[in-house]
Amino acid sequence: MINYIWMGLILIGVIVAAFTGRMEQLTEAAFDSAKLAVELAIGLIGIMALWLGLMRLAEASGLVKFIARLVRPLMVRLFPEVPADHPAMGSMIANIAANILGLGNSATALGLKAMQDLETLNKKAGTATNSMVTFLAINTTSVTLIPATVIGLRASAGSTEPTSIIGTTIIATICSTVVGVTAAKLLQKRKAYRIQEESDE
Amino acid sequence: MSEFLSNAANAASTWAIPIIFLIIVGAAAIKKVKVYEVFVEGAKEGFNVGVKIIPYLVAILAAIAVFRGSGALDWSISILRPLLEPMGVPPEVLPMALMRPLSGSGALGVMTEGLETYGPDSLIGNMLSTMMGSTETTFYVLAVYFGSVGIRRARHALPACLIGDFAGIVSAIFICKLVF
Repeated sequence: MINYIWMGLILIGVIVAAFTGRMEQLTEAAFDSAKLAVELAIGLIGIMALWLGLMRLAEASGLVKFIARLVRPLMVRLFPEVPADHPAMGSMIANIAANILGLGNSATALGLKAMQDLETLNKKAGTATNSMVTFLAINTTSVTLIPATVIGLRASAGSTEPTSIIGTTIIATICSTVVGVTAAKLLQKRKAYRIQEESDE
Repeated sequence: MSEFLSNAANAASTWAIPIIFLIIVGAAAIKKVKVYEVFVEGAKEGFNVGVKIIPYLVAILAAIAVFRGSGALDWSISILRPLLEPMGVPPEVLPMALMRPLSGSGALGVMTEGLETYGPDSLIGNMLSTMMGSTETTFYVLAVYFGSVGIRRARHALPACLIGDFAGIVSAIFICKLVF
């Protein structure tokens, strides 16, 4: 699917640009974004290293296991393929907690740590596992408690009640996460999305 | 009430990280972990992760930039408008609904512009804010997370996440209609 979408974005883009006469902007946008991609990745290295170091500490002290035990009943249901005491459980919880607190880049770093831990359970390199997809569905549908950036933007736009959207945001994000996770769970059984047979699933 | 919430939100994000530092390092010290050595050992991996996601990030950001730069997004909006308007979706929020999963900076731009045009406390302003806060930049997250572990076959990830985004956007519209 990702192949079609990627191809579609580029083909449609170039064809539409021929009609709108925006070929120059298109070229510029493509080059700028390639540069931006590297800047984003490089910018992540420092924060990534910091959180990976801290997480290693938290694992060594048993803190990760302790926190994982607190939310175990929920996590075991969400991620039945992950053993309850696996490090992936701890790092997924850390990522979700960071997202709830609105910690942006730190959440990303912890999320990537969780992906590394989930990858150790992957029997087929290069193919996503069910747990990875469920975890990503939780991440992309966001689980914010305090949408700090939005509140800030509203305040600077002269809102008399910048925080009035906290309630509606929480309800909308719960809807999107519940639907996203349900969709992931339902779709994983479909033939088109099954892991190819040579794996021992 | 609003001011209290605003202050609480600020305090939470300023204090969260220092407190996490304190808890992690403190717990390690109590357990007699060699804090410095163990930290450095873990941090080593940071560089590899950053480098590993570059090709995935270039691929996805460039494709989205080509699509946006061509003006195709505006075309999609004019195609979708007559379909969605009868379903109760205000046309003013369509750019946000389409932009949100594709580009974080793009969505931020759409929101800033929208707040200016319609006012932050208008129904449209509240809808835009709720949509912005309640979902993520799906394509970016998928590229970075899967890229970091070399996943190329994403299976059902994209449809599942986009269904979730769609649910978020639809519920944002209807909840805002009810509340504001």
